[in-house]
Amino acid sequence: MRRLTTTLETTLGRFGGVNLLPVAVALVAFVLIGAPSSWLTLTVAGLAMGMMLFLMASGLSLVFGLMDVLNFGHSAFVSFGAFVSATVLAGMGAWLTADSWVLNSLALAASYLAAICFGLVAGWFFETVIIKPVYRDHLRQILITIGAMIVAEQAILAFWGGTPFSVARPHFLEGSWIIGDVSIEIYRAFAFTLGAAVFVMLFFVLNRTRIGLLIRAGVEDREMVEALGFRVDRLFIGVFMLGSALAALGGAMWAGYETLITPHMGAELMIVVFIVVIIGGLGSIEGTLLGAIMVGLMSNYIGFLAPKLALASNMILMVAILLWRPNGLRPAVK
Amino acid sequence: MSLLSLRQMKTDIGQYSVLHDVTFDVPEGGVFVLLGRNGAGKTTTLRSIMGLWQPSPGSVLFRGEDITALHTAQIARKGIAYVPENMGIFGTLTVDENLVLATANGRFDPARLKRIHALFPALEKFRDKQAWSLSGGQKQMLSVARAIIEPRDLILIDEPTKGLAPSIVAAMGEAFREISADTTILLVEQNYNFARSLGRDMAVIDDGRVAHTGSMESFAADKALQDRLLSLSV
Amino acid sequence: MTNQTGTRTTTGTLIVKGTVALIAALLLFAPFLFQDVRSLEVAARICIFIVLVASFDLLIGYTGIVSFAHTMFFGFGAYGAAILLKQMGPGWTPVLLGAVAGVAVSIVFAVAIGLLSLRVKAIFFAMITLAAASVVLVLASQLSHLTGGEDGITYKAPDLFKPATKLLTDADGKVLKVFGVRMNGKLAAYYFVFASCLVLFLVMLRFTVSPVGTVLKAIRENEARAEAIGYRVVAYRTFVFCLSAAIASLAGTVYAVWLKYTGPDTALSFAIMIDILLMVVIGGMGTMWGAVIGAVLLTLAQYYLRDLMGAASAALEGVPILPELTAPDRWLFWLGIIFILLVYFFPKGIAGTAMEKGARS
Repeated sequence: MRRLTTTLETTLGRFGGVNLLPVAVALVAFVLIGAPSSWLTLTVAGLAMGMMLFLMASGLSLVFGLMDVLNFGHSAFVSFGAFVSATVLAGMGAWLTADSWVLNSLALAASYLAAICFGLVAGWFFETVIIKPVYRDHLRQILITIGAMIVAEQAILAFWGGTPFSVARPHFLEGSWIIGDVSIEIYRAFAFTLGAAVFVMLFFVLNRTRIGLLIRAGVEDREMVEALGFRVDRLFIGVFMLGSALAALGGAMWAGYETLITPHMGAELMIVVFIVVIIGGLGSIEGTLLGAIMVGLMSNYIGFLAPKLALASNMILMVAILLWRPNGLRPAVK
Repeated sequence: MSLLSLRQMKTDIGQYSVLHDVTFDVPEGGVFVLLGRNGAGKTTTLRSIMGLWQPSPGSVLFRGEDITALHTAQIARKGIAYVPENMGIFGTLTVDENLVLATANGRFDPARLKRIHALFPALEKFRDKQAWSLSGGQKQMLSVARAIIEPRDLILIDEPTKGLAPSIVAAMGEAFREISADTTILLVEQNYNFARSLGRDMAVIDDGRVAHTGSMESFAADKALQDRLLSLSV
Repeated sequence: MTNQTGTRTTTGTLIVKGTVALIAALLLFAPFLFQDVRSLEVAARICIFIVLVASFDLLIGYTGIVSFAHTMFFGFGAYGAAILLKQMGPGWTPVLLGAVAGVAVSIVFAVAIGLLSLRVKAIFFAMITLAAASVVLVLASQLSHLTGGEDGITYKAPDLFKPATKLLTDADGKVLKVFGVRMNGKLAAYYFVFASCLVLFLVMLRFTVSPVGTVLKAIRENEARAEAIGYRVVAYRTFVFCLSAAIASLAGTVYAVWLKYTGPDTALSFAIMIDILLMVVIGGMGTMWGAVIGAVLLTLAQYYLRDLMGAASAALEGVPILPELTAPDRWLFWLGIIFILLVYFFPKGIAGTAMEKGARS
């Protein structure tokens, strides 16, 4: 019996091990759902949601891995990203509604760029002013970042008001593609593609560049990287800014996905982002991607199969995975 | 002038005072051995030199320059390498990635890499393997190799023979002898015979204080002193 | 090892304890001192929050771990009593049963969460409690046939607490007035809240000086050392987590009886969690006295600071953005900033900082 499970694990490992989980989930869902067209629609929705969650979660995971800093205020970058980009889009209404996809996409690009720039600057400010004084003190870190989250959310309420803010979408991302009896929302396909592109870029930076090598080494053993002559604290500011920018971009994309955003969206998404990071294992972007895809798929499948369970599904998923692997599916350190 | 001088170093960890008064000089060249019982403060001494813990008061002089308040990374850039007790290997990185990380500009100096591969052939054989899959001895070799991939003036090595098989310990001794020809080694060691075979000068730390300094030769000859300071069980 | 506050008597300690005694006295005579409905409401809320914040302090102050599930336990107690009072009608049995059920559910959840997350990494605990609490909050608003959903549940308290109940009557059979206060059910309800909270607070105070409390302080001072000595840190932490959850649950039951209404906003919302966090940090973690001071200050601020801010906002009319930031609804903005500054500069909070004053160095 023991040998059987070992063989099973090695065979599984050869085909990608835990990376197969989303595939397994998709297969089970295919059987349960029965209708291939609904299944495909849900799968695309799940993958798109997963990619956006990945953007929001990747920074949080890397920041924790590198400096042992858990930022409860991370959600502020998501909400601000959403509101900043929505404001830019509203301001560029003429380009957005123009009958030219070039102008449309320029407006969209400008809104994302604004969110990213905001994320970079806010990330720098947050790291130097809020987090640096409390390195290595978890209790105060949690408290201070929670405080920052409260202030950020209130600031959004003060700037944009409490009423839901509607987000304009460029014309060419509206509507769906109909292939046979399958309908795929264009925005979802777009969100998935953009998210996947960012993942590939991140993966390349982490695995093929010297900075990436330093980050991966720093996640494992910060002191040793310093003893080899590198300032991890300076590297950390860069990673923090990047993580904040990605969260802001994720928020901007989410805004377009939901088309109606409230100041509380960050706090609501934060729970899901935490679950993603815990499931994936802190400190690795591959793990974060895996966790994000799992959560995205599960939310959509369960939402279709058993709507009443949908809200608890993430929690159940998290508990099940933690019981199986207490450190998450793919933690950074072996 | 000695290469490294510790002056009245006192180091607290949390609310516990680990080092009370550590003063000794490490001359340039050869292997300097730091002996002492478990918990005497040897590892803390190395970490304090490396800036991983701040001694206060007290100072660390390297080539006469005060490096006490410098950041660990700056201390490393002065030419000091550190091989910690847990070896500090990056397990998810490959053997070559571990080594290339330690180079100053991200490129290997072919001559130095060749020398390392001659010293530790396993590192050439497994260069693309992830480091966590190496054996304990190979990890130790990688950790030492990482310390000499760039020219250094001083290498701090913390208990390199712990848990290794005798044949690997012997190979490690050979490697240290060769490295010490052009690089000073400050070696913390529990294995007295290993330390004795390598050491030229030595110091003994006991309860956070330097209890003895002198040449290895005279210490080896004085059985009573050994018993008093180390209560050796070997 | 001489930096433990509270073990030596300093002038600051005396002042803090004196303040707490004064607060206790004011709360005891509140119905007679402040004879309006709103004030009594504030006084009862203060009593409940003192217990709630102190039970949170047991966790954060004495073990150094942060939970975001404290309102969840508060909600279990509140909903336990509320659901049973609604189903079974007013009486003491549903209150008692609700309290027991709330405590039982709380302990089951606390053990499960503790064993799942305290084992791995303390930081997981914060994330997992947050996730659990949010799921329970959502469930409470979804299971509307049981919990009343977003609207909550309205029900009747035991007969003794009905405003029409006459505790003492004068010669004419009317409610007797003592110092101008009617001896009616409302008064009984207030003293029920006051007495329950006093008992719960004293239990916790006693706990902190018990042998277990001493071990907790040792763990807080140096976790690795406590572990080395042989204390099973995870077991102790899980135990404290259960205790603090049980007390929060009881506080919830008492609050449910007082309010005669239970809904997500009064018993479960994340806003209450933020309040608790602000109160314990502003008051001072790890002292118990800080919980009292924090709860009083913030509850008063909640009720009366808004009026002040409304005036400020009106005065700043015409200046860009400032009126929005001083609007009464934005009071959390300023509290958040005060909170951050406190954590930086006075991590011990008001009580902790005061108790160090006057100490010999």
